[in-house]
Amino acid sequence: MEHTAPPAWVMLAYLISGVFFILALRGLSSPATSQRGNRFGMAGMLIAVVTTLVTHEVASLPEILGAIAIGGGIGWVTARKIAMTDMPQLVAAFHSLVGMAAVLVAAAAFLNPAAFGIAGEDGQINPVSRIEMGLGIAIGAITFSGSVIAFLKLAGKMSGAPILLPLRHIINLGTLAAILGLIGYFTVDQSPWIFWTVTALAFLIGFLLIIPIGGADMPVVVSMLNSYSGWAAAAMGFTLHNTAMIITGALVGSSGAILSYIMCKAMNRSFISVIAGGFGAEAAVSSGEAKEQRPWKRGSAEDAAYMMQQAESVIIVPGYGMAVAQAQHALREMADVLKKQGVSVKYAIHPVAGRMPGHMNVLLAEASVPYDEVFELEDINSEFAQADVAFIIGANDVVNPAAKTDKTSPIYGMPVFDVDKAKTVFFVKRSMGGVGYAGVDNDVFYMDQTMMLLADAKKMCEDIVKSLQH
Amino acid sequence: MDFISILSIFVMACFVGYYVVWSVTPALHTPLMAVTNAISSVIIVGALIAGAAGGSPTAKWLGLIAIALASVNIFGGFAVTARMLAMYKKKER
Repeated sequence: MEHTAPPAWVMLAYLISGVFFILALRGLSSPATSQRGNRFGMAGMLIAVVTTLVTHEVASLPEILGAIAIGGGIGWVTARKIAMTDMPQLVAAFHSLVGMAAVLVAAAAFLNPAAFGIAGEDGQINPVSRIEMGLGIAIGAITFSGSVIAFLKLAGKMSGAPILLPLRHIINLGTLAAILGLIGYFTVDQSPWIFWTVTALAFLIGFLLIIPIGGADMPVVVSMLNSYSGWAAAAMGFTLHNTAMIITGALVGSSGAILSYIMCKAMNRSFISVIAGGFGAEAAVSSGEAKEQRPWKRGSAEDAAYMMQQAESVIIVPGYGMAVAQAQHALREMADVLKKQGVSVKYAIHPVAGRMPGHMNVLLAEASVPYDEVFELEDINSEFAQADVAFIIGANDVVNPAAKTDKTSPIYGMPVFDVDKAKTVFFVKRSMGGVGYAGVDNDVFYMDQTMMLLADAKKMCEDIVKSLQH
Repeated sequence: MDFISILSIFVMACFVGYYVVWSVTPALHTPLMAVTNAISSVIIVGALIAGAAGGSPTAKWLGLIAIALASVNIFGGFAVTARMLAMYKKKER
């Protein structure tokens, strides 16, 4: 069966759909244009789906519409109900679905190549298509099993601690080599066993790649899996000669890759060392060392309220601990009262604050913090020297000066906020015992100008608001 | 389309993706991930082809399941992105 090229308008429709997806991402360059961008994305998807349905002979439309309705309903309800703190899990779960969909599509193309127009006259699949399908199913399967593990770790259904198998690098490289070798062999021998072995090995390696990676590195992993889900879509786009899929795959693939790079840079970790895994494990060991007791000062909500009222400028450094304590609304209320009293309040966000890129910004936006009061690390870091108060809430490693000075520290080289330059530092923390993700002590606790506010973050913000209103 | 034309589109799109994504403000990186999730479900095109075709019942069912999975992502991804973007407000003056 020879495949005939689709009419020109169909190719144009897929191209428009691809362009709309570019515009969807382009809109995200500013919150002001982002909602329009999202609508472009929806329109692009509608065009792609309708074009496909119109140009293919549909054996049974109700079945297809039913599948869309079931899936769409589940997706819609989940999207409405999900808490913003749970966003990383949701994204990981969504990645796994893209991965699984790619696996199923590749499998369907293998079983019914004629429908996809990739079979030669003898019913055999074209050799180039075989490579594309092989890569598509392999990347899809890795995305699926990797995302499932990332989901379980992020959702706390599985320990965030890295699981280190002996010889894991050799096992992983061997599996990877076997997958690539089999895909190569697949071009000369179209036996089903090769196809299914590739699939099984890819599921296995996705699992093996993610289990040794610790909780602290999850933002990188989520970004990386985002990238993979794009490459999987691109590989299937090659198989189907579909412009919309290829453009989208390339966009998503680069997006995830760039986000992984940004996250690695923000933690001063190389991508290779993240993939090699085991970060959380080393940290757990180093935190066990006995440290000398150093004097520190404890402050109260009244102290904090008084100092901040007197201040001209306050910079708030929120971390994931704030979100865990659900303190973002109380914090915004505190900022509102201060602003009414004439204090300048800004928020400083570290790229790795939260559990995924940009997570803290969403959590603050949800608490109605205006986005033009929220600043990125490089934009605000020079302002700490002029700030009267640095108010650290639920963050720790991202303000640790050891990253700048102590070469032996596990976080050495990571860009951090210069909170030690502020005139007064308030550090909201549950207790003195706990340490950050990296498990290192923080000199900021013991500085002369630091007052520790030891309490639940939400309760502390509420108490400060009460004192401010006296 | 021959392989080279497809490859050309792919390579160009990678460059477009690179520049467009670097211009995304870091404040919107989470919505970026959610929306890339939604658009990568354009893989539903392949699922629709499989689900629509006669010939292999197994392939058809795999296609239908893939349609459902991709739909979760499309509706969920766009909806959650819209929900997040609606939260980003400017300062009231």
